[in-house]
Amino acid sequence: MTARFGVLTDGRASFLLTGVRVVDPATGSDAVRDLAVLDGRIAEHGDLPSDIRRLDGDGLVVAPGFCDMHTHLREPGMEGAETVASGARAAAHGGFTTICAMPNTDPALDEVARVVWVASRGHDTSARVRVVAAATQGRAGEALTDFGELAAGGAVAFSDDGVALPTARLARSALQAIGPLGLPLIEHPEDPTLAGATLMRAGPVATRLGLAGWPPSAELVLVERDIALAEETGGRLHLTHLSTAAALDAVRRAKDRGVRVTCDVTPHHLAMNDAWVAGDRSFNWDEPRAAQSDPFGDALDPLRAFDGTCRVNPPLPSREDGLALLGGVADGTIDAIATDHAPHPPERTLVEFPDAAPGMIGLETALSLGLAAVDAGCLSLPALLAAVSSRPAALIGEERGLRPGADADLVVFDPAGRWRIERDTLASRSTNTPLLGMTLPGVVRLTVAGGRVTFDEGMGLLV
Amino acid sequence: MNAVTLAAGTWTRRHLLDVDELSRSELEATLDLAGDLRERRATGELGELERRLVGHTIGLAFYEASTRTRVSFELAARELGATVVDLSVTGSSVAKGESLVDTMLTLERTGVRTVVLRQAGAGAPYLVARSTRLRVLNAGDGAHAHPTQALLDALTLRDAMSGTLDGRTIAIVGDVAHSRVARSDLHALTRLGARVVLGGPPAWVAGFQHWPGVSVASSLRDALRGADAVMTLRVQLERAAGGGIASLREYTRSWGLDEERMSWARAGAPLLHPGPTNEGIELTAELAASERSLIGRQVTNGVAVRMAVLSLLAS
Repeated sequence: MTARFGVLTDGRASFLLTGVRVVDPATGSDAVRDLAVLDGRIAEHGDLPSDIRRLDGDGLVVAPGFCDMHTHLREPGMEGAETVASGARAAAHGGFTTICAMPNTDPALDEVARVVWVASRGHDTSARVRVVAAATQGRAGEALTDFGELAAGGAVAFSDDGVALPTARLARSALQAIGPLGLPLIEHPEDPTLAGATLMRAGPVATRLGLAGWPPSAELVLVERDIALAEETGGRLHLTHLSTAAALDAVRRAKDRGVRVTCDVTPHHLAMNDAWVAGDRSFNWDEPRAAQSDPFGDALDPLRAFDGTCRVNPPLPSREDGLALLGGVADGTIDAIATDHAPHPPERTLVEFPDAAPGMIGLETALSLGLAAVDAGCLSLPALLAAVSSRPAALIGEERGLRPGADADLVVFDPAGRWRIERDTLASRSTNTPLLGMTLPGVVRLTVAGGRVTFDEGMGLLV
Repeated sequence: MNAVTLAAGTWTRRHLLDVDELSRSELEATLDLAGDLRERRATGELGELERRLVGHTIGLAFYEASTRTRVSFELAARELGATVVDLSVTGSSVAKGESLVDTMLTLERTGVRTVVLRQAGAGAPYLVARSTRLRVLNAGDGAHAHPTQALLDALTLRDAMSGTLDGRTIAIVGDVAHSRVARSDLHALTRLGARVVLGGPPAWVAGFQHWPGVSVASSLRDALRGADAVMTLRVQLERAAGGGIASLREYTRSWGLDEERMSWARAGAPLLHPGPTNEGIELTAELAASERSLIGRQVTNGVAVRMAVLSLLAS
C-alpha cells in the first residue's frame, strides 16, 4: 500500500478541512462546512492559527471514527493470520478508530493478565484496541469467568464467540452475573445441534450444490432462548452477526417489550447471499439475475464456485433475508454493523469448501459495502454511519461526536472514489475475502483516532 | 457417429466438472459418440483414430474408495492409448497431510495433463481446475456431482427408450439429498427432455421440489405411477444410522423395490441402480437379476461414456 499509517503515540494533529460534508450521527447533523482540528481536538473556527494546514474537503465526507464490536486479531496464537498491530492497521485503513478483540485466541482471553496484555499490544498501534473477554474459562462452556475482575482489567464485554453458551442454565447464570456490571454478554446465536455439520444456508443453492444446509431455526432457537433469559434476569444481551429475518423479528419484538437486547449484523450478511457459494457475485441490492431466480439453471463458474472464502458462520443468508437485515439497519432495529473480521491464512481457505475455515476479513471493506448499499438506495448515509460509529461505540461505553472540544476521532472518505480489493491494497495480514478482485466505492482518505492521524491516503498529513 | 466426426470434436472445454456445463446438443453428441465407441469396442473395430490419447498421461486421483468408476476410467484411458498413473492416496503425501492443491500441482509438474478426481468434498474439482493447469474430470465430489455416471445413465435410458428421453418420466428413489449421482442425473435427464419424479423419506428429498422439471412424490406408489423407467439409489448404510430414516427395515418397507412394486410403473419399465447394490435393502436380489434390470448395461456403458469424454477433452 502507498498510504501511510500513524500510531496512537504519535503527536496530536492540527488541520482545517474545508468544504467537507460533515455527517455526525450523534447530533443528527449533515451539512457541508469546514471542520477544524487543533492539537488533536475539534476546534472552533475563531481559535485557529493563521498558518494551520488547510485540506481540501470538496467531495469528501467526514464522520465520527468507526467502532468495530467484533474483530478477530488472532494474537496470541495465530500471528501468521493477523496480529494486533496488523489488524489495527487494517482498521485504520477501513476508517475504524476502535476495534474490539474477540477472545477466541489461543489461549483464550479468559484471565485478566491476557486481557491486559492484548490491550497493551494495542497502545502503540493504529487503532484503540478494546478487549471482549471470554465468558467461560477456556471458552469450554462450563465454568463462567470472573466477570468483575475482567471488567476491572478493562474488558468491555463477555463472549464465547464462535459458539453460544451451551446450556440455557449457563447463559442464565452469565446474564445474572453480568447484570450489576452493566456490560453486555455477546452471544453467537447458533444451536450446534442444528448447525453442526452444515456448510451453507439451506435453500435451493445448497440443494443444488449438495452442501448440507443450515436451517434458520438454528439461529432463532438460540435468539429466543437468550431473549427469554435476558428478560427474566435483566442482564444486557447483545446478539452478534444476525443472519435471518426471523431472528431479526424476534429482536424487534423483544425491544418493543423493553428487553435489554441489542444486536449487530456483518457487512457480508448485508451484501452477499448464498448464491455466492455457487459463484454468483451480485449483491443483495442488485437486480436478481437468472442465476438467482433459477439457481439450478446455469453451469457453475469454475473460477468462483465453491470458493472457501464464502464459507462463514453463520452462513451467507438468502437474498430475502439479506434485504431484511438491510431494513433492520435502516429502521434502527439493528444497533450496529460489526465486521466479524476473521483473518485466515491461505492454507485454511484455498482448500475444499467443506474444509475451509469459516470467516472472512471485513475491516477494510465494511465502509465500501455499506456505501454500495447506500448507492443502491437501501440505506441512508447517516443510518450507515450511525451503525458503524456512534451506536456501536455507545454499546461499549465510548463516545463519538464531532463536538468542539472533543478529541478528534474521525474518518474522512471519498464516497465516490472506487478502489480495487487486492492483496496489495489490503493492510490486513490475510486476504481471505471473496471481494478480492472486485472494485467497490468508498476510499478512506484520513483516519484520526484520539487526535492522532492513524491513516493518510494522499492528504499529506503523514509524510 | 463415425471416427471423422470424432476427430473433429464437439467440445471446446478444458474440464468436465458437471453435466450442467453441457448443452443438450453436446450431451447428445457425447452419447452418440459413446454408443459408437461401445459398438466398435465390442466388435474389436477401434481404429488408430480412437487411439488419440497416445502420449497423454492421465492421473487417477481417487480420494474415496471406488471400484467400478476407477476401473472404468482406467480401461477407457488405456483403450485410447493413454498412460495411466494411479495416485495411490494412502501411503502417499496425501496421507502425510499435503493439501489437495499441492498434491495436484505436484502431479502437474510430473507431466500429467489430465486428472480424474474423486473427492469427498463437494466442489473439490472446481478448486483444482482454478488452482492448477490440469484438465479436471470429476469422478464424484461429495454429494455434488458425478457427471460421467449421469452420462452413462442417460445413455442406458436412451437406449431403453428407443433413442430419446423427450416426454419420458423417470422415477429416482432413495437418498437423493446425499447423492451426487442423483444431482447430476437431474441436470442431464431434464436437459434431455425427461421429467423426473423423486421418491424417498422426507429428509432425503427435501428441497428438490424447487428443481425445474422435477417433482417429489410422497409414496413409492406415487413415485412409480406412470414412470417409464425407475432408478433406485444405494442406501449409504453408514448414513442410515445418522438420520433421515428410522431404520433400514423401515426404509425397505416403504421404499424398497421388488418385482411386484415395479408393476406400479409402466409395463416393462426398466430398472437402474448406480451400484454397488445393497440387495435386500433398496431392491431385492431377484429384481436386480431380472430382465428389467439394466445394471449390467450401466457398467458396460460406463467404459464407453468415459472413452467418449476423455477423447472429447483431448480434442
